[in-house]
Amino acid sequence: MSELNEEIQLIFGDKRLDGRKFDELRNIKIEAGILRRADGSCYLEMGKNIVVAAVYGPREVHPRHLQDPSKAVIRYRYNMAPFSVEERKRPGPDRRSVEISKVSREALESVIMKELFPRSGIDIFVEVLQADAGSRTACLNAASVALVDAGVPMKGMITSIAVAKADGVMVLDPMKEEDNYGEADIPFAFLIRGGKIESIALLQMDGRVTKDELKEAFELAKKGAMEIYKLQKEAIVKKYLESVENG
Amino acid sequence: MVEDILVDIKKDYVLSKLKEGERIDGRKFDEFRKIEIQTNIISKAEGSALVKLGNTQVIVGIKMQVGEPFPDTPDKGVIITNAELVPLASPTFEAGPPDEFSIELARVVDRGVRESEAVDLNKLCIEEGEKVWLIFIDIHALDDDGNLLDASSLAAISALLTTTVPAERFEVGDNFPLPVRDLPVSITSLIVNDKFLVDPSRDEVSVGNNFLTITTDQEDNVVAMQKSGSYLLKENRFFEILDTSISKAREIREYLKDI
Repeated sequence: MSELNEEIQLIFGDKRLDGRKFDELRNIKIEAGILRRADGSCYLEMGKNIVVAAVYGPREVHPRHLQDPSKAVIRYRYNMAPFSVEERKRPGPDRRSVEISKVSREALESVIMKELFPRSGIDIFVEVLQADAGSRTACLNAASVALVDAGVPMKGMITSIAVAKADGVMVLDPMKEEDNYGEADIPFAFLIRGGKIESIALLQMDGRVTKDELKEAFELAKKGAMEIYKLQKEAIVKKYLESVENG
Repeated sequence: MVEDILVDIKKDYVLSKLKEGERIDGRKFDEFRKIEIQTNIISKAEGSALVKLGNTQVIVGIKMQVGEPFPDTPDKGVIITNAELVPLASPTFEAGPPDEFSIELARVVDRGVRESEAVDLNKLCIEEGEKVWLIFIDIHALDDDGNLLDASSLAAISALLTTTVPAERFEVGDNFPLPVRDLPVSITSLIVNDKFLVDPSRDEVSVGNNFLTITTDQEDNVVAMQKSGSYLLKENRFFEILDTSISKAREIREYLKDI
């Protein structure tokens, strides 16, 4: 990560390359219930990221030997469209998306009340239509809204955000340049319950940071997560009110 | 079915011991199993190591080739890490393409080596933009008695430390030792209720696959982290684990200094 450090300046005084402050999120747009066939869905833009999430279920599990008599089986598929990045991505799962799917699924599994649905499955599909750093966090945020839209009972909301270290400074919600040329990338996801951050559901990191920088990253991430949480809630309320109005 | 019942019995035993403040094998919560490192065990490989962590055994072999650099790093060598959880190592492993566990294992080991910049990739350029050294780190599990990840990380850096770049074989100059300048060490903890156990054994893992891996470099910087498993982690617990991981890594790094 840090090899290309000298080649591009990321921090200008108290501003970043795109004019944001260190603790400022990119523009976020969230819309719930945008797909007809899915039980729950969500469209989400975060900076230049564009993702769509769909939830199917609880429904019957196929193949049937995957059924669990004590709880629902949760599946999560993070998939990048071939046209979502500069250089065409070969379709289908690569090692990176397998890992992202695993940790994202685990984050959601920890909050979905899966014991309520024995022998059934809840499938979560997230398509990255355009990627610009932080796509896994955008996908989790969308998946979380889609799960609520599908009426899947959860302990709380999952809200995800990354923090990066760029030119020695910890910055919230890195965009592509900060991710590529920065010194570290730390994606987080939190369980938010009763309007408060309760615990960590996803945590990864690569790069190089000190313990104090990690503390700083946590504070930034929690601040960013609360802002995203509000937008997630708004999107769900808006969808609900619309469906009430339309009978 | 028999396996299921055994897992439940083990789980109850592990949990009841933990209530008394003990681990089933008598270790302290922050104590590793016995560590053994043997290097240069595969003479056909450019570097190799067998690591034993208690009964867990992993071999890492390093092979090198001349190849093309990535377009965005035309003057740097390339690291490629792979893990094979072969069926010989556990009754639950199956032959075939890598599943999400082996992919995660390889990627977390890779992150530690890559982000600590342990290998000086600048010294592995042969001809800028044309030819660089490719380093293949292949992780081969032999016996999975828990914590394959830390055993693999330790085996990877040990093998790299003993690697000779086979320049003569590829007719690009004289052989030279692989330039290694840092010693990343990963520490994996099993999170159980309000406690955490480092270097969990397979029996301990019966309580659930809830792990946190933290890799640090020689200066105690964190270079890689991975929370693995469907569980929720409190922030204060995270920082406790971080402190333990930093001090444990320092201890284990001493084993690498003899290589």
